[in-house]
Amino acid sequence: MLEVKNLQVYYGVIQAIKGVSFRVEEGEIIALIGANGAGKTTILQTISGLIAAKQGEILYGGVDLQKIHPHKIVAMGIAHVPEGRRVFSQLTVYENLLMGAYTRTNKDEIEETLEQVFTRFPRLKERKNQMAGTLSGGEQQMLAMGRALMSKPKIILMDEPSMGLSPILVEEVFDIIKSINKSGTTVLLVEQNAKKALSIANRAYVLETGNIVLEGDAKELMNNESVKKAYLGE
Amino acid sequence: MNFLTHLLNGISLGSVYSIIALGYTMVYGIAKMINFAHGDVIMVGGFIIFTLMSTLGLNPFFSVLAAMIVCTLLGMTIERIAYKPLRKAPSLAVLITAIGVSYLLQNLALLIYGAESKSFTSVIPVKALSLFDGRLSISGETLVTIPLCIVIMIGLNFFIKKSKTGRGMIAVSEDKEAAVLMGVNVNKTIAITFAIGSAIAAIGSALMFSAYHNLSPTSGAMPGIKAFVAAVFGGIGSIPGAMIGGILLGVIEILSRAYISTQLGDAIVFLILIVVLLVKPTGILGRKIQEKV
Ligand SMILES: Nc1ncnc2c1ncn2[C@@H]1O[C@H](COP(=O)(O)OP(=O)(O)OP(=O)(O)O)[C@@H](O)[C@H]1O
Ligand SMILES: [Mg+2]
Repeated sequence: MLEVKNLQVYYGVIQAIKGVSFRVEEGEIIALIGANGAGKTTILQTISGLIAAKQGEILYGGVDLQKIHPHKIVAMGIAHVPEGRRVFSQLTVYENLLMGAYTRTNKDEIEETLEQVFTRFPRLKERKNQMAGTLSGGEQQMLAMGRALMSKPKIILMDEPSMGLSPILVEEVFDIIKSINKSGTTVLLVEQNAKKALSIANRAYVLETGNIVLEGDAKELMNNESVKKAYLGE
Repeated sequence: MNFLTHLLNGISLGSVYSIIALGYTMVYGIAKMINFAHGDVIMVGGFIIFTLMSTLGLNPFFSVLAAMIVCTLLGMTIERIAYKPLRKAPSLAVLITAIGVSYLLQNLALLIYGAESKSFTSVIPVKALSLFDGRLSISGETLVTIPLCIVIMIGLNFFIKKSKTGRGMIAVSEDKEAAVLMGVNVNKTIAITFAIGSAIAAIGSALMFSAYHNLSPTSGAMPGIKAFVAAVFGGIGSIPGAMIGGILLGVIEILSRAYISTQLGDAIVFLILIVVLLVKPTGILGRKIQEKV
């Protein structure tokens, strides 16, 4: 469904992504793991069109996303939960969710999705009219995920959804990702919490300073000696 | 009674500053730039109304409407041609361009209309109101300006808070990239912001020139700067801030002219600005400008 081929991305003269290739099949959870500064966020932002690649292709359903205007990508079924949540602090929870449905026009369908999001995140319903800037970190993460779901995506890109959360909330977030995937949405998950990410993923890629150094079945990678050493703290 | 007259005149002038300041503050909020040509859009609006009304004899309502359309198109054209190509340029380049556009508009007006100032006929057909046996007289301009500006401010606030486009504007002003991820067309949103600001400026132009009558190619510069000061005063980027800043500025200006010194009115306005910014650098309602991490 999504295929990245020989992707190269630069910040000025510095090459952040040095020829990365990977693919995501429909229905999968794919984990992209790597240390700070490996280039995980850069890859997701390039897929969403926020950064232009120097080289390579990003094929989605056969279309090269780089030829699409960035603001039109979400309407193609790709939602992005950005690193650090980036909810709109001056808008209420409800208005943030409506922003997620910005490109949709059918009011009844939007209302239906809103109900689904509220069922998945009852906390958001309770805090519907609260300013998003006053939510706790965990609530903001829920809002960022709910907002992404409001576009009814076929694939959802998640950038470190567990960052800065308490262990209980981390569990909850990963459960939610699993259940989002169960209800038919493909997930491309970027994480530093490699253990949790590998435990829910089908396949995974390991990124080191702009290169993919390992890839394969998530369960197998969990038993890989170098992964254990570098990312699982064993 | 004299004081009340001055106060009403101050509020009237101030509400015109407010609606002009909306243009500065909205553009700053969304495009993070100061559109110094905004004042000259007011001047262009004035000349359009003057030409249609005094030269061609059209009725005031249609003249103002035409000025709104021309200013809207002008604002969007300036953005498209002068500012859009500089979206990623350093802010100093954008500032210099804006000043350039400002002089360009002034000089075009100079070419067409000459330097001599024109006498602008009021577009407001309302008679002055005389109260307390004629001890308090309120001009027709004041009677129309204050409520009209209030309606515009409330209307704009409502539009931004309640419409989808308005929400998109708030999203772009807070976090452009996150807005793009939601599917907001940032360029279109910026264009709409310029359009709204310029259309409102045309109304401000009609009200201001109706009250003060003198129209020349540089007539937009001073009110433009003062409206900008009002926006900074209230907290640039904040819409309620522009309203409060504008009205305060108008009142301070008129009262200082009346009670302190006619000549020093403007100087006092700017002095107060400096003091306010020393005490609260973000203006009255301004929030801290968030640095991207
Ligand atoms: N705007 C930028 N300008 C210049 N260099 C950048 C910029 N953003 C990222 N980089 C560099 O690109 C590299 C990859 O950064 P990226 O944010 O993609 O890493 P990451 O894997 O997401 O890291 P983290 O886990 O800390 O979020 C880093 O070396 C970083 O310093
Ligand atoms: Mg990152």
